[in-house]
Amino acid sequence: MEENLYDVIIIGSGPAGLTAGMYMARGARKTLIVGGRVWGGQLMLTTLVENFPGFPDGIMGPDLMRGMRKQAENQGAQILDINFKNADFPHSSLPASAQAQSFSGQARFAITADDDKVYKAKALLIATGANTKWLDVPGEKERIGRGVSSCAPCDAAFYRNKNVIVVGGGDSAMEEALVLTKFAAHVYIMHRRDSLKASAAMIQRAYANEKISFIFNSAISQIQGTQKVESVIIESQLTPSKKIKTRAAQSDNEQTVEELGGKLNSQDDGVQAVWEMPIDGVFVAIGHMPNSEVFKGIEVDSQGFIKVFNHTQTNIEGVFVGGDVHDNEYKQAITAAGFGCMAALDTEKWLQMHEK
Amino acid sequence: MAALHFSDADFKEQVLESKEPVLVDFWASWCEPCKMVGPVVEELSEEYKGKLKVGKVNVDENPEVPSQYGVMSIPTIMVFKNGEPQKTIVGAQPKDEFKKQIDEVLNS
Repeated sequence: MEENLYDVIIIGSGPAGLTAGMYMARGARKTLIVGGRVWGGQLMLTTLVENFPGFPDGIMGPDLMRGMRKQAENQGAQILDINFKNADFPHSSLPASAQAQSFSGQARFAITADDDKVYKAKALLIATGANTKWLDVPGEKERIGRGVSSCAPCDAAFYRNKNVIVVGGGDSAMEEALVLTKFAAHVYIMHRRDSLKASAAMIQRAYANEKISFIFNSAISQIQGTQKVESVIIESQLTPSKKIKTRAAQSDNEQTVEELGGKLNSQDDGVQAVWEMPIDGVFVAIGHMPNSEVFKGIEVDSQGFIKVFNHTQTNIEGVFVGGDVHDNEYKQAITAAGFGCMAALDTEKWLQMHEK
Repeated sequence: MAALHFSDADFKEQVLESKEPVLVDFWASWCEPCKMVGPVVEELSEEYKGKLKVGKVNVDENPEVPSQYGVMSIPTIMVFKNGEPQKTIVGAQPKDEFKKQIDEVLNS
């Protein structure tokens, strides 16, 4: 077998990719994980993970990933910290039965990485996960790293004694806010609805933190500042008493724009207020976008999630998928690992079927 | 040549007064993405040997320089020429992106 020919190439090194790599390698498959220059996925940007089974006191996200990486390597998977660039997919689509052809030791796929080398494999497994979804409002993009961030554990220390907004209503937003309270003077969690979708455990912790208050039914429409972030324009849906729904110090509340330290931008019409709030930082935690763009020819849905057929197959024969790049529903570390396992088992079955 | 280490104390002399362009990697030990950019920065220091000075600033030990240049997120990579920052790259990026930005400064 030539040096750069593998049974399977896995693209991605989050929980899905590393779990898949471990399973493939345990099946004695020559396995390459193209892990990315930034390996480990979303968990590398987190702190304590408390919902991964087997760690009763929680485990730090980066430690969990280092453990998964080591485990995959111990089982024989080769991991390269290089970025995937592109792939040649043979133009064959499902249904597989009609097109399945036997091959013996032949590479179906060739991928190029940013080390400018070509790697070949009989099967591909896509586990590229998802990246931060930004607000996509004026003033945001140019201030990423200048007050706009998506990684509290990375950047919180730069916000010592400053005021920040975390945008979002899920577990990640709660975590970002809690991490920020270690440094920031005050943290506002801003959510476009008036109910949170975070888990009860995370909501309770955020509610109980004196440095955190909530601004509901509100969304940032613009980010401002000469260089770094200095203020944001907010659109808020008002309560019947023409105030903004908030929560702090363990009780629901209603506040005026002025009470929140802001000033009205345009006269409110009693239903909606547009106002400006001085702020030093905006942390965005409104979800993730699947990393599927680079795979030309792989079918995706309207939001970019890779479409799956028959459990973990893509539209292209021999290309499998696992984790957040196809999962628009669960998005947990444990489900990504589970999907990675499923994709590996399906890949193994497919390889065996075609080796007969 | 391995990447150098710059400090608040020697930043002026090492970076601002440098005759050749300088790449500065702002990092901290607690920053996971920084740890991944580290090896790429080392590679760049080899590849651009003689054309570009490459060094790192630990933002915990040296708060002044990052604050002066408005660094609020790490890793931040800046490329200086003639004492002025020419390029600012925030976050871990593919090596090609770093090279593209460096080449633009070197060819300017």
